[in-house]
Amino acid sequence: MQMNKRKTLGMTAYLLFILVPIYWLLNMSFKRNDEILGALTLWPNDFTFDNYITIFSDPSWYMGYVNSMIYVSMNMAITLVVALPAAYAFSRYKFVGDKHLFFWLLTNRMAPPAVFLLPFFQLYSSVGLFDTHIAVALAHCLFTVPLAVWILEGFISGVPREVDETAFIDGYSFPRFFIRIFLPMIRSGIGVTAFFCFMFSWVELLLAKTLTSVEAKPIAAIMTRTVGAAGIDWGLLSAAGILTIVPGILVIWFVRNHVAKGFALGRV
Amino acid sequence: MNWMAWTDLTATFFSVIGVILLCMTVYEIKVPCIDRKGFLPISTTRGDRLFIGLLSSAYIHLAFLAFTELSLMIALALSVIWLAVLLRWG
Amino acid sequence: MKKIPNNKAWFLVLPVFLLVAFSAIVPIMTVVNYSVQDIFDQNTAYFVGAEWYREMLRSPRLLDSLLRQFSYSFSVLLIEIPLGIAVALMMPAKGRMASVSLILVAIPLLIPWNVVGTIWQTFSRADIGLFGWSLNAIGIDYNYASNAGDAWFTVLLMDVWHWTSLIALLCYSGLRAIPEAFYQAARIDRASSWAIFRFIQLPRLKSVLVIGVLLRFMDSFMIYTEPFVLTGGGPGNSTTFLSQALTKMAIGQFDIGPAAAFSLIYYLIVLLVCYLFFTIINLQDKAK
Repeated sequence: MQMNKRKTLGMTAYLLFILVPIYWLLNMSFKRNDEILGALTLWPNDFTFDNYITIFSDPSWYMGYVNSMIYVSMNMAITLVVALPAAYAFSRYKFVGDKHLFFWLLTNRMAPPAVFLLPFFQLYSSVGLFDTHIAVALAHCLFTVPLAVWILEGFISGVPREVDETAFIDGYSFPRFFIRIFLPMIRSGIGVTAFFCFMFSWVELLLAKTLTSVEAKPIAAIMTRTVGAAGIDWGLLSAAGILTIVPGILVIWFVRNHVAKGFALGRV
Repeated sequence: MNWMAWTDLTATFFSVIGVILLCMTVYEIKVPCIDRKGFLPISTTRGDRLFIGLLSSAYIHLAFLAFTELSLMIALALSVIWLAVLLRWG
Repeated sequence: MKKIPNNKAWFLVLPVFLLVAFSAIVPIMTVVNYSVQDIFDQNTAYFVGAEWYREMLRSPRLLDSLLRQFSYSFSVLLIEIPLGIAVALMMPAKGRMASVSLILVAIPLLIPWNVVGTIWQTFSRADIGLFGWSLNAIGIDYNYASNAGDAWFTVLLMDVWHWTSLIALLCYSGLRAIPEAFYQAARIDRASSWAIFRFIQLPRLKSVLVIGVLLRFMDSFMIYTEPFVLTGGGPGNSTTFLSQALTKMAIGQFDIGPAAAFSLIYYLIVLLVCYLFFTIINLQDKAK
């Protein structure tokens, strides 16, 4: 089939476009600094694991990954716990101010971060949360929660109301119905929502950097310190970068079966 | 609260917004409204008209600042009239 | 679905409301407060009224970066939406290859933004980066560190690399939701593949595309980390987008007042655009 060949060709081209820069990062992470800066080489001539060894042997490096993972998981948990009931409410009921509340939630994604950093810093310092994981998790809720409500609302609207009504007639209380019957029905929705939370919380740098100093400093912020007196340590930076991609690949691996259904966000 | 750098003007501003929202909520609970078609191109509820009114008032103020040297009091008066018109006939 | 009027539903929404309000309302109030004052430090501030707004609205530098921002955001949408749809159409529908390509396509989305900047910073360097070197080797004079056009192009390319996958994944799952019967009917009618796309696939993609467009518009409008890492906004001001101009003002020069005033103006613009977008979408939904 002519058509299929063209598709394969196009897809291969796009995947190359995606993967070559990543290969470049991987390539650099196995090189020494002088080789990186010396000339263009397509693969490491002098293959070395030094960069990775540095990261895994220095707590101030690897704790960055731990910190990032802690606040990202907290963020995912908080987001799902509060967004699920809210999405249910938006999908099933009409209440005073519902449309405006929904729009207001979404507008929080639109605020330019730069100027809000200072008030954020002040706010979290004044409630004594500065430099804690929960502070970053809460701050990231600002943009993950609205998105989660939006996505989940689509999925929940896809479940007919008769399901709820039958369960209530059968004598289920609301919390039991919600956890035992309803949640399993929107499994892929929850998977995809978690994916989106991870995606936006893991990659965010500005807020995470502003709200932490030592104890909860994320890996992305630690990476900026490879800029030393002798210039940037590219090898180390690349190794750290490669390691930030690994959790992402694991997450997408877990949700891959939900993607086909879930990414349509229940809205098709 | 010192770091929030409050001024009288902004405190008044937010109080007024807060009071408006509160009144609209109470009004909505007492007398629920259905959307209707006024001079705006879309059918709106009371809350929609309030939002459109506030947003356009903000733009009226910005336009005054950008293009004229007139006092903002005029802009404010205009906005209040516009808001009233919008809520009644919009 | 008909919704039941029930104000008790507020109890289900309350946690979300409180959580978001905590992080949203206090900072925005503070920014409004900043915007009417000239702030020197924690304890010294002078009330200046609407002066900053007047100054910002008439300052060519910021209007320039606003214009640059709009042209950037529209270029991003113009490239990423069609490309994303194309990729979604090309992706294998089932089997092992489908899983593999899903994962590979999703990778750029999960890389921290400053790492994305780092990748492209070295990848496009003319002397030691594969991309920059190759361009120069085939006779294109390319150097993003000194040429404004090249820098702009690199930031755009980086964004396409980074975010087209989001559109592609959204559309991919939109396409999978189309029942096979639709295609069979089209085959019986001997519809061309363009007709299939135009009348069967595209309408089904509308709702996911709405989400994609809105997300991409909002996020590209406040793009910060990637151009900052790549070029630091340079050369000159060619890649100084809004967020960066604001950061320079607020943190670099500690002109918090003007920066606050400008970010509120900017917020109003985004608010208006998104409200219009939303209203139009809702209108179309109702018309159906």
